[in-house]
Amino acid sequence: MDDVIKLDAANYKDLLKHYIDTQDEKSLYGVEQVSKSFIKNHILPEEIVNLHIQALAELYPEMSEKFQHSMDFLLEAMISYGLAHQEFQMLREKQYEIKSEISVAASMQNTLLGTTKPEIEGLDIGIVSVPAHQMNGDYHHFVKGKDGSLGIAIADVIGKGIPAALCMSMIKYAMDSYPEDSMEPKSILKNLNRVVERNVDASMFITMLYAQYLPCEHKLHYASAGHEPGFYYDAEKGTFTEIETKGLVLGVSSDAEYEQYELKVNKGDMVILLTDGVTECRDGDRFIESEEILEVIKSYEDLPAQEMVNKVYKHFERLQDFELRDDFTLLILRREV
Amino acid sequence: MTPQSCVTIQKEWDIVGARQLGRDIAKKMGFGTVDQARIATAISELARNIYLYTENGQICFEVVENMNRKGLVILSTDNGPGIDDIGRVMEDGYSTSGGLGAGLPGVKRLMDEFDVQSEVGVGTKIKAIKWAR
Ligand SMILES: Nc1ncnc2c1ncn2[C@@H]1O[C@H](COP(=O)(O)OP(=O)(O)OP(=O)(O)O)[C@@H](O)[C@H]1O
Ligand SMILES: [Mg+2]
Repeated sequence: MDDVIKLDAANYKDLLKHYIDTQDEKSLYGVEQVSKSFIKNHILPEEIVNLHIQALAELYPEMSEKFQHSMDFLLEAMISYGLAHQEFQMLREKQYEIKSEISVAASMQNTLLGTTKPEIEGLDIGIVSVPAHQMNGDYHHFVKGKDGSLGIAIADVIGKGIPAALCMSMIKYAMDSYPEDSMEPKSILKNLNRVVERNVDASMFITMLYAQYLPCEHKLHYASAGHEPGFYYDAEKGTFTEIETKGLVLGVSSDAEYEQYELKVNKGDMVILLTDGVTECRDGDRFIESEEILEVIKSYEDLPAQEMVNKVYKHFERLQDFELRDDFTLLILRREV
Repeated sequence: MTPQSCVTIQKEWDIVGARQLGRDIAKKMGFGTVDQARIATAISELARNIYLYTENGQICFEVVENMNRKGLVILSTDNGPGIDDIGRVMEDGYSTSGGLGAGLPGVKRLMDEFDVQSEVGVGTKIKAIKWAR
């Protein structure tokens, strides 16, 4: 490496001489390349100034003393830049390490929180869940009951990133410990509320909507803990209505009770569940209206549910210049027959 | 080893005196301009900390010589409040100036050897050495 520097130093002197004589662009291009090589070899600014001083002294031994002093002054002025540069270098390496640790954590999270979309006769399901950063603070989970019912949880931790993701793992394990079928949405939320209240930092809140679909009766039972309201699409009328929900966010009060609602789902109807990463999408500085989301959903009505959610996601991703501000989860459930 | 020469740091102006003395010694020892400037900057950082965080303290210089090399030792001593968590202070990006790369991690980079001893309520002792090439 020292050889590289010596070579570059000699090169620098020649280029400088040539430039002083001709002021041509070629020497400037040359010094650009030398400068890049210096950066690559961690040469600090004060060393470059020093190199310049030495080159000048060799080229113009009769150089004025005042001018020499001015160059020494410049060298002193560069020392702090050199330090700042080294610090940035170090922080950049650290950041790289942290990034790769997080990506390991993110893939662990995917394994831990993974859920498979169930296949149910007569029901078309689409789900998309994309984190804003590497780790997802949104969560969704499917449970297929022995009685043929389908349990769906959709949740959002207020907050993003790693703390939110850690929090979700806890929710997931609490839910896994519940008996598979016997649980109703309102009792699940009541239970989870206690888990969250006891175990999670007071500054962290979780919203959740828990729904249970009964395919035989074509009914949806659901309860919400302060979660972003979903929508119901009436295929016959071609209209959307907001799904009525009331309920306290998880973890606020230990004895919260949750109200349970029932919805009749007719053929072709859709239930749309989401997190606020969807409703709080932005177009520039403007928050989009929920009508816009519904319009976009409606425009893809003829597609299978999975393709619908994919297209809707693509639409809003693009609208936000491919930079999500919040985790985005959208779930569509459609009764086919 | 030569006898120590010291500068007491109490006023901001004293920082300049410490730099001057350190630079003179470095020059005499044959350090090049770049190293002289680095040594002066390290002295500044140490002396500024004494000026900012303690009542007073001293910056002393010593020339050490062993078989094959010569080094300039900077010793910073004070009876100030001490540094509680040295590990933290030595972390990049921690200093109050934030992102200027200076502070104690900067001193460590500017010099070849660096050692801090500090006790809360008793004082701080920092030793840094630069070897002449
Ligand atoms: N001699 C000292 N006595 C007591 N505390 C000290 C002393 N030197 C440093 N400290 C403490 O350690 C911290 C870090 O010092 P350091 O010089 O690295 O950065 P800084 O002084 O905060 O900012 P900068 O030097 O970049 O302007 C200081 O904020 C101060 O609290
Ligand atoms: Mg300081």
